[in-house]
Amino acid sequence: MKKKEKTKGQNRLSEGKLAIILISPALIIILAIAIFPLLQTVSYSMQYFDLRFPLKQEFIGFQNYGRMLHNRVFWDATWNTVFFTVVSVSLEFAAGLLIALLLHRKFIGRGIVRASVLVPWAIPTVISARMWQWMYHDQFGIINYVFIKFGIIKEGIVWLQNPETSMISIIITDVWKTTPFMALMLLAGLQLINKNMYESANIDGANSIQKFFHITIPILKPTIMVALIFRTLDAFRIFDLVKVMSYGRPPTLAYINYENLIQFLKFGYGSAISIFIFIFIFIFAFIYMKSLGKKFER
Amino acid sequence: MNPATGIKKKILRLNSLLIVFAVVFTSVFPLYWAANTSFKTRNEIFNQEQTFFPKTFIFSNYIEVFEGRKFERNILNSVIIAGGTTIFSLSVGLFCAYALARLKFRGKYFVLSAILVVSMFPQISILSPLFILLRNLRLLNTYGGLILPYTTFSLPLTIWLLTNYFREIPFGLEEAARIDGASYYQILSRIILPLAVPGLVTSGMLVFIQTWNEFLFALAFTITDKTKTIPVAIAHFQGQYETPWGTLMAATVIVTLPLIILVLFMQKRIVSGLTAGGIKE
Repeated sequence: MKKKEKTKGQNRLSEGKLAIILISPALIIILAIAIFPLLQTVSYSMQYFDLRFPLKQEFIGFQNYGRMLHNRVFWDATWNTVFFTVVSVSLEFAAGLLIALLLHRKFIGRGIVRASVLVPWAIPTVISARMWQWMYHDQFGIINYVFIKFGIIKEGIVWLQNPETSMISIIITDVWKTTPFMALMLLAGLQLINKNMYESANIDGANSIQKFFHITIPILKPTIMVALIFRTLDAFRIFDLVKVMSYGRPPTLAYINYENLIQFLKFGYGSAISIFIFIFIFIFAFIYMKSLGKKFER
Repeated sequence: MNPATGIKKKILRLNSLLIVFAVVFTSVFPLYWAANTSFKTRNEIFNQEQTFFPKTFIFSNYIEVFEGRKFERNILNSVIIAGGTTIFSLSVGLFCAYALARLKFRGKYFVLSAILVVSMFPQISILSPLFILLRNLRLLNTYGGLILPYTTFSLPLTIWLLTNYFREIPFGLEEAARIDGASYYQILSRIILPLAVPGLVTSGMLVFIQTWNEFLFALAFTITDKTKTIPVAIAHFQGQYETPWGTLMAATVIVTLPLIILVLFMQKRIVSGLTAGGIKE
């Protein structure tokens, strides 16, 4: 740690001490409200802890985890969450890439397209949930109306009741909501590509497909990695849409977690689910950090 | 020129145009449909025949949102909570970011790791201890009860954005000031703070939007309309016998319009903030 000379008697603090003062508030808050509570969740998960019977709180080891791993609803929710994540992120990526490539060129009305693409992102998820809930309405919803008018179906589908159609509905709405983010990330990555590379490729006689797979994709790779992992972590935690639009049909991990904690007041069992989700995400995030490498210079 | 190439180009153009139209249409349709519904009477809404523009144009749904639902209280709650979070997050994050960007000290890696870990956190994983903590501190169903966790979870974003921002500012200014004998306090307030304003604006906006939209904690920690934020109120929007779709859609339009205007005007800032947070060069 460097010590400053006492010029005019004012620089008394060393850099190290100043740093401690500046960092402490943020560090204390993070440790107290995020890191420490995580340890408490682990502790709760090993206890019988039901808010309805507070006096019966006691340590029971891994029993909650045992019950969880034998629970049908839990495995349904896990499968639903994984399925949703894989399908949703793939679709968002494809659509996002398409839009990014589109916006990369200059054309008349590009500003309007870019602005309209931001609309789904700007609308809060809960608000989108209810807007789409209305569109998915089985009797008066516009989606059934259009499908029937076009002769695609005879009777209105009850989109949000049936687990399969419900899953499709959630995926569609989620893709609608998050594709803009994906598109923006990919577009920013595209704009880093040097146009000269395409020129040289043209001279060499490369066609569009070759240019795409041999220039565009490789350079875009780091951006794609970041965007994909970011979105995967997010998708795994999906809650708002499931809770507000389809009322827990089909159940996802975050949904049953919330249900067990706040509705059933089973803080012990619910905490076990919380830890399961955390471990899953932690492993994924770990892979993410490793793949990013050491990018912190100072 | 080969006539086939000319036609090929035209087909490509047409395809691009169709895609552009499809993209714009899908992005905007739900909002248009919500607005459309919000101006209709109950009879026109609960109708087998749907119309793309109201046959009878009414405003009563919008009035009902405020008269019947006292929605202005929810708006106030969201403003105070999001505003408070933004102020605290920026204040705390600003100093932390300066230290991370400018000063040398041991344990920097530890601090950065802690911040990164929190940004990956599934918030549901600490719902139980936070609930107990807030209950014990008598902070359930209060503004503070939400501002506290929100500030915590917005710090990684704030610190990340501001640290990157500070790294862009040339060292020279501070060096010169130190040679002139300025104290740390003077350097921070007279030189750093004014230069940091654009970074603070971008971070502030992203934190505000993020907090405004948050649902999980708001749902768990608010109980009465005294503190319910907009997302919770919208989620709970029910009628006695049937969902009041007209009024609900009016509420969604009321909430969405300012956000859209904000995002449209601040497009460049928001995009640069988001992508800077995601892309590490």
